[in-house]
Amino acid sequence: MLLLILKRIGLGLITLFIVSLITFVGVEVLPGDACTTYLEREAYGAALDTCIKRLGLDVPAYERYLDWASNVVRGDFGYSLSGEMPINEVLGPRVKNSLVLASVSILIGIPLAIVLGIITALWRDKLPDIMISTITIFSMTIPEFISATLLILIVAIWLGWLPGIVIIPSDATFYELLSNIILPVVAISMIMTAHMARMVRSSVIQVMASDYVQMAILKGVPYWKMVFRHVLPNALLPAINVVALTIAWLLGGVVVTEVVFNYPGLGRLVIESISNRDLPVVQALAIILASIYVGINLIADLMTLMLNPRLKSLQIRK
Amino acid sequence: MESNLITEDKQKNKLEKAFEILKTMASKPSGLIGLTIVLFHVVLALISPYIAPYDYKAISPNTMLLAPSAEHWFGTDSLGRDVFTRTILGGRTALTVTFFGSLIALLWGGLLGIFCGLVGGKIDDVVMRVVDAFLSIPWILAMLLIVSLLGTSTEVLIPALGFFYGKGIVRVARAATHDVIAKDFIVSARARGHSNMSIIWNEIIPNVRDAILVEGAMRWSWMLLGFSSLSFLGFGVSPPTPDWGLMISNARGLMSFAYWSVIAPIVGLSSLIIGINLTADAFAKALGIDRSTKAPV
Repeated sequence: MLLLILKRIGLGLITLFIVSLITFVGVEVLPGDACTTYLEREAYGAALDTCIKRLGLDVPAYERYLDWASNVVRGDFGYSLSGEMPINEVLGPRVKNSLVLASVSILIGIPLAIVLGIITALWRDKLPDIMISTITIFSMTIPEFISATLLILIVAIWLGWLPGIVIIPSDATFYELLSNIILPVVAISMIMTAHMARMVRSSVIQVMASDYVQMAILKGVPYWKMVFRHVLPNALLPAINVVALTIAWLLGGVVVTEVVFNYPGLGRLVIESISNRDLPVVQALAIILASIYVGINLIADLMTLMLNPRLKSLQIRK
Repeated sequence: MESNLITEDKQKNKLEKAFEILKTMASKPSGLIGLTIVLFHVVLALISPYIAPYDYKAISPNTMLLAPSAEHWFGTDSLGRDVFTRTILGGRTALTVTFFGSLIALLWGGLLGIFCGLVGGKIDDVVMRVVDAFLSIPWILAMLLIVSLLGTSTEVLIPALGFFYGKGIVRVARAATHDVIAKDFIVSARARGHSNMSIIWNEIIPNVRDAILVEGAMRWSWMLLGFSSLSFLGFGVSPPTPDWGLMISNARGLMSFAYWSVIAPIVGLSSLIIGINLTADAFAKALGIDRSTKAPV
C-alpha cells in the first residue's frame, strides 16, 4: 500500500519534471529569447544588456535550467519582466483569488452534481432525467465564454440583479471577493456540475444493473436502503478519478471565465503575461498549473486506493 | 477476376455499413437533430460567400449599431458591418481549421497510440510519461504560448491544434490496442511471421478504428471550443476575418444596448458545437461505444 502511494507520488514528480523541461525547451527552441521577446523592437544596447544580466541569459542553457529548477523547488520563481518585481509577489494574491473562486465552485458543484446524477440515474429516461440531461448537455457543450457572456447579458444587463464584471483590485479582501464572485462561480460550476452529473449518472446506472444489486432487490432490501448502502458507495468510487480529471480540465475554462468577468486570478495573469510577452511568468504559471493538475489527480488516485477495500487487500496479500 | 469480385464486394459492404451507421444515428431524435445541424453548418459554410448580402469587411460610419431591420436582418456592429453577413461567414474558418486539425490529431495520435500499445516496454513507458506531461499543461496555456510565439495564421493554428488535441487520442488508441493485442488472431499473425507494420495495418487498425474515430469526433468539438476560445481571447484569427469567437469578444463591450451583434454569433457557435456533440454521441452509440464515463482529457 505504502509502496503504491510512493510510486504514484514518484510518477507525479516525473510528470512535473517533464513539464518543466517541455516549457523550458519550448521557450528555448522557439525563435527569440525572453529578453528579445519582451523588449521587441527596443532589444538593443543597454536595455537588452540589463535584461540579459537580470535573467542571467549569458550562461549556457542547461546551467540556467538547473538554476531555475532548483530555485523553483525552493519556491522562488524568478523575476517578472513586465511587473519589474519578483514573480512570487505577482503570484501571491492571484493564487489566493483563484483558489477562492475554484473552491467555492467546487463546494457547490460536487454535491449538486452527485444529487443530479443520482436523480437522473434513478429516474432514467423519465421526465426528470430528460429535463436535467438536456440542460446538462447544453451547459456542457457551450463554451465557457459564451455561457459567461450570456450570464452577464441576462442577469446583469437585462435583469440588473448583479454587477456584470468584477472591478476589484487583485489584493481585495476575502469578503470583497465573496460578494463579487457569484456570476463567475455560476459560470464555472455550471459546466463542472454538468460534466460530473453525467458521469455519476452512468456510473449509478452501471451499478444498478450489476448482479449484487439484483440480488439485493430479490432479497427484498428496501429501495432507498439499497440505493444508499449498495449502489452509491460502489458508483461514486470510480467517479472520483473522473471528477478529478474534469476539475483539472476546467483549469483552461477558468482562464477564459476569469477574463470574461475581469476577475483578478491566475487565469487572467496567464493572458496578461502572454500579451506582455513576459516569458518567466509564463514558465512559472505552466509549472503551477501543471502541479495543480498533477496534485488533483494524485489526491484522486490516493482516495480511490483508500476507499477501495479490494485494492487494499490486494496490496496486503502482495 | 475472383479477387476483383471480392474487393468490390468488400467496398459495397463498407458503403452499406456506413449507410447503416448513419441510419442508426438518425433513428434517435438527438442524433437526427445533431446530423441536421452539422449538415446545415457545412452547407452554409460552403455557400455563404455566394449568398452573403453585404461585404463582410465594409466599414461604414452611417450604419453603426443599427438594430435588426429589413435591410440588416441581424443589425450592424460597432463598425457598421452587417452582422448577418458576418455570422453566416463566421463558421468557415472555424470549420476548416478544426476539421483539418482533427484529421492531423487522429493520424498522429492514433498511429502513435497503436504503436505504443503494440511494442510496449520501455518505449511505451517513456512516450506515455511525455503524453501525461503534455496532458497536465492546461490546453489554453500551451496554445497561447504556441500562438504568441509563432503567430496566429491558419498554417500555424492547424498543426498546433492537431498536435495538441492528438495527445488524448494516443491514450485511447493505446488502450484500444491493448484490448485487441491479447486476442488469438494477433498471436497467430505473429506466429505466421508478419511484421509489426503488417500487424498494425491488417489486424489492429480494423479493430481499433471505431474507438479512435469516435474519439476524433469528440475531439473535433473540443477543438472547435478551443479554437473559438482562442479567437475570443484575441489570439486566434485576426480581424477583419469574420469569426464567431472574435465577433463575440468585439461585441461584448457594447451588448448592453446592441445585444443583437453578440446574440447572432453566440447562436451560430453554440448550435454548431451542440450539433457536433450530438452527432459524436450518436456516432458512438451507433458503433456501440460508451463514452459517458470518460473524462474530457
